[in-house]
Amino acid sequence: MTPDARPLLAIRGLTKRYPTGDLALDAVDLEVPPGQVMALIGPSGAGKSTLIRCVNRLVEPTAGEVRLDGEEITRLGRAALRRARRRMGMIFQEYALVERLSVMENVLSGRLGYTGFWAAWFRRFPRRDIVQAFRLLDRVGLAHMADKRADALSGGQRQRVGILRALMQDPALLLVDEPTASLDPKTSRQIMRLLVELCEERGLAAIVNIHDVALAQEFARRIVGLRQGRIVFDGPAEALDAAALTRIYGEEDWSRTIRRAEAAEEEELA
Amino acid sequence: MPISTAPDGTPLWRRRTPRADLLVWFGWLCGVALAVACFQFISERTIWAFVWDAPQQGADLVGRMFPPRWDYANQLWKPLWDTINIATLGTALAVAIGAPLAFLAAHNTTPSVALVRPLALVVIVASRSINSLIWALVLVIILGPGELAGILAIALRSIGFIAKLLYEAIEEIDPTQVEALTATGASGAQVLTWGIVPQVMPAFAGITVFRWDINIREATVLGLVGAGGIGMQLEASINTLAWPQVTVIFVLILATVLASEWLSARVRHRII
Repeated sequence: MTPDARPLLAIRGLTKRYPTGDLALDAVDLEVPPGQVMALIGPSGAGKSTLIRCVNRLVEPTAGEVRLDGEEITRLGRAALRRARRRMGMIFQEYALVERLSVMENVLSGRLGYTGFWAAWFRRFPRRDIVQAFRLLDRVGLAHMADKRADALSGGQRQRVGILRALMQDPALLLVDEPTASLDPKTSRQIMRLLVELCEERGLAAIVNIHDVALAQEFARRIVGLRQGRIVFDGPAEALDAAALTRIYGEEDWSRTIRRAEAAEEEELA
Repeated sequence: MPISTAPDGTPLWRRRTPRADLLVWFGWLCGVALAVACFQFISERTIWAFVWDAPQQGADLVGRMFPPRWDYANQLWKPLWDTINIATLGTALAVAIGAPLAFLAAHNTTPSVALVRPLALVVIVASRSINSLIWALVLVIILGPGELAGILAIALRSIGFIAKLLYEAIEEIDPTQVEALTATGASGAQVLTWGIVPQVMPAFAGITVFRWDINIREATVLGLVGAGGIGMQLEASINTLAWPQVTVIFVLILATVLASEWLSARVRHRII
């Protein structure tokens, strides 16, 4: 490994035990190089959500270390943690927009970590933030919605705003929690395509938690499978076969699931 | 539980077992018996002769109240204006103290669950447990009669009301919106003003106009104990048996309350 190829995110022995005694993560080791979009799959309760929340410490890990660009996150104090969080954009299943604020305010809220309290209170953001917000809104076709309240948008539009909020942070890494679970199949594909495109354009790495195996295979080159808090699969999308799915999810007839992913690939080639 | 099988083999289901059915009926029987016993107790302590001529007495009083002395209204505009001001200023003062108190009391925003929250809750309960009329009585003794005592009485009673309803609203917000802002690296104060305040704004506005609406009604009686407003005229009129004047006061109070109700309904509708 050359010095340049130092991983952007390096997780070592990450363990999370909830106060109830449930072991959500069991000594997870994971490395994500810069610019890599990685899908994290696994059954409900496998610890996918906990894993990405331990990275930005919305959930405090019990043990282990998380390094972002070499900086150890788990031991940071409050101010340093806030600075580190600016480098990690998060995207949520239910969009998690502030529903009663406008689209523009939601996009600009990605800059809160860079803005003083009173400047944010009076909505006085630097001109370059405003320009950037308009450019991003234009990029996803929502410029005309800037003044609309977030709760007036459709699911796909809300998720776009959620993505823009994360991008406004100027992150190096995106933590994406089930981005398509509340969307219809077509919108899901559009959102995943947009995410991957934006990551490529900006050289962002992303960890994408996702339920839909076919969607994961379609859009991510690397897939990591989590089961009961442990990584049981880590490889390229093509290597995810019936045996691997059985290891991740348990015994089931996987032939159709896999064929669907292959068919989708052929469709795209055609 | 009460699943059994009929002789022909089909399963039977009833809501309760026969034993539970019997218990429920027994419960109803006890309730009815208690109601009858209570009525007997009240009846023994009532002078029924007075009750039987109540319609006559009522008609007599109404007779004395009519026709209303309409020109008395000219002396009431100023006290009525005072009443509305007492209610409005009292509500404003209560909001200024009650809103921060709510954030100290809410489980998800309090700086300390062990220390600050219980303290805030005690203040809220103390404020709520005493009626504004009682607060006014006490304050008139301390501050002397007048509008100031009325304003403070309204405010002291309303602080607890506003803080309690608001902190319940704060505790019911959607936590993922807060989580999302925390994840951007926003500070605690920024998360509060950007993530929590917008979510509780409709509740806050609704609670405030609702309390203002209640306070208009409460302010009309504060004058009875000397704390300013139209209640003073009401007391004077009743003491001098000037029933036609009392009618005018009642009509004015009714009109004011109707107006405030209409206004608060409009505000609530606009905000949500």
